[in-house]
Amino acid sequence: MKVIVDSDTKVIVQGITGHQGMFHTGEMLKFGTKVVAGVSPGKGGQKVHDLPVFDTVSEAMHLMPEATMISVPAPLVKDAAYEALDSGIKVVYILTEHVPFHDAMDILYNARRKGAVVLGPNGPGITRPGMCKIGIMPNTIFRKGNVAVASRSGTLTYEIVNAITQSGMGESTVIGLGGDPVPGMDFIEVLELFNADPDTEKIVLVGEIGGSNEERAAEYIKKYVKKKVVAYIAGRSAPPGKRMGHAGAIIERGVGTAESKIKAFGDAGVDVAEYPVDIPKLLR
Amino acid sequence: MNLYEYSGKEIFRKFQIPVPDGYVITSAAELKPYTSPVVVKSQVLIGGRGKSGGIKFAKDQASLDQAVKDLMGSKVRGFTVNKLLIEQMLDIKKEFYLSITLNRSERKPMLICSASGGVEIETVPEEQIFRKSIDPITGYSDFIGREAAKFMKFDENLSKQLRSILSKLYDVFVHYDCELVEINPLVMNGDGRLIAADAKVIIDSDSTYRHPEFPKDDPERTPLELEAQSKGYAFVELDGIIGVIANGAGLTMATLDALLLHKGKPRNFLDLGGTDSTDIVVEAFDLVLKAKPRAILVNIFGGVTKCDTVASGIVEAKKKFGISQHIVVRLSGVRENEGREILKQNGIDAFSEMMPAVEKVVSLAGGA
Repeated sequence: MKVIVDSDTKVIVQGITGHQGMFHTGEMLKFGTKVVAGVSPGKGGQKVHDLPVFDTVSEAMHLMPEATMISVPAPLVKDAAYEALDSGIKVVYILTEHVPFHDAMDILYNARRKGAVVLGPNGPGITRPGMCKIGIMPNTIFRKGNVAVASRSGTLTYEIVNAITQSGMGESTVIGLGGDPVPGMDFIEVLELFNADPDTEKIVLVGEIGGSNEERAAEYIKKYVKKKVVAYIAGRSAPPGKRMGHAGAIIERGVGTAESKIKAFGDAGVDVAEYPVDIPKLLR
Repeated sequence: MNLYEYSGKEIFRKFQIPVPDGYVITSAAELKPYTSPVVVKSQVLIGGRGKSGGIKFAKDQASLDQAVKDLMGSKVRGFTVNKLLIEQMLDIKKEFYLSITLNRSERKPMLICSASGGVEIETVPEEQIFRKSIDPITGYSDFIGREAAKFMKFDENLSKQLRSILSKLYDVFVHYDCELVEINPLVMNGDGRLIAADAKVIIDSDSTYRHPEFPKDDPERTPLELEAQSKGYAFVELDGIIGVIANGAGLTMATLDALLLHKGKPRNFLDLGGTDSTDIVVEAFDLVLKAKPRAILVNIFGGVTKCDTVASGIVEAKKKFGISQHIVVRLSGVRENEGREILKQNGIDAFSEMMPAVEKVVSLAGGA
């Protein structure tokens, strides 16, 4: 089943001539992703990794891309996303961090109007082992399997995916939601996809302090998810009022504490790991 | 980024939200002669100023002079007062609460109103609070204000004023990329007019480049945190003894959590981010060393940040700063073998798993 992307998904990279864009395009190609072109205003006609570079997204549309990876400076992200949506791109992944959340909101609601999906900003993207990777997750940590992972963080996802792979299991889909206050997708939206995917048997949620994404996910799991779900929550030790790196990872006015999230998961029958490396044990 | 009350009120004035007449002074010399009763308000970026003695009332020239003398340069809950707002005293008949903030669960702006104003909204009973999410595509529309006015049992005159204020407040929220705009209290004055007696405006810190006119005062950050911020690091000081350098906010948090579960006390949060440069690592050590930790834990899962780059950075930092503390390193992921080899040549053994590294650094740091 297609979960946002599959092995046929064609991808463009907006900002392909930048350092990050260029490097990660190479990594995506090595993974097997069908990257078909890059877009960089003013750089049309160049080649990056043998791919054509266009000035605008509309010039790239004859190659039938369905998804984009946006790796441009934060002040330019909204325009880049609007350009992609206007051209009919249906999956917009935003790598860039420090995107104003008002921009993220505008992008999200315009995407919904056009029936498109937003991943990020400030997240590692989506990886489906054996099919497609859009984003920056390291290629080497995956093995095709039946565990789906959704996470609010980057490296912590790699840590946990690596532990799953090392333990002999494998992943069906890994999605990074991003660490910002307004992510394109939340846990519930991802759970709907994982729940419906026949290739997914077990689900891992990697949450962190801030907001109520995890609590709402727990309610959803209680009602609708029959598959095994386990979780990890980062930020037990975080003091209130301090942003722990991610703009979204902050305990404000007592909302978003690790205790509240761990309790909500516990009530929904979701085992919560004390340490990231304990996730494979809970999955068995 | 929090704005001072007077900055918030300048914005309100510009957007024609009614505020009391007033002016800001930075010294007693700037005080204008007394004409009518005024409030003297300390400009500090923390709540609860009134209770802490940061707000005084003056009904004649002598009491005005005295209030300015008492407050200017004083400390309100630890923060020095450098500016005072001198404002016409209101004839308060009723106090209400209004705010627009981001509702993170719906990922939409949310209007919050209450007829019980003047106190912290957290202390107001839930059934007295009106909440309404606003679709960011349509924005604020008059029906939202009508619903709010009905909830607050406003008559037509008050309703009209409220709707006018809400419409402008939403414009402020969007125009200044706000996390929060709050009027608490919104006052009904003796003449029946609604007036914003206070202004709290918080601008999204990722949007400050669009609003360079405001000073970036942040009293909640320590000097070392400000230094780290100016160098582009996500850095938080904590009160423990173990310095922490990790990559990625989630992994860094997980590292602190693991330390704590092993009865280790972290001294800081430092996320190296995703830049692959030895200089970034060296500078990170500089910051952590300034916090004087008893031992340092480096926890890296290599991806964009490669393990050998980090290893070279650690070696360089050790030479440059003559680090005497124990350094415990965990390297995993991209180029971990190369990284471990570099460290080995310089007498440092690196772990490949996180938990043994955590246990080791806790035992080396000893008890608090």
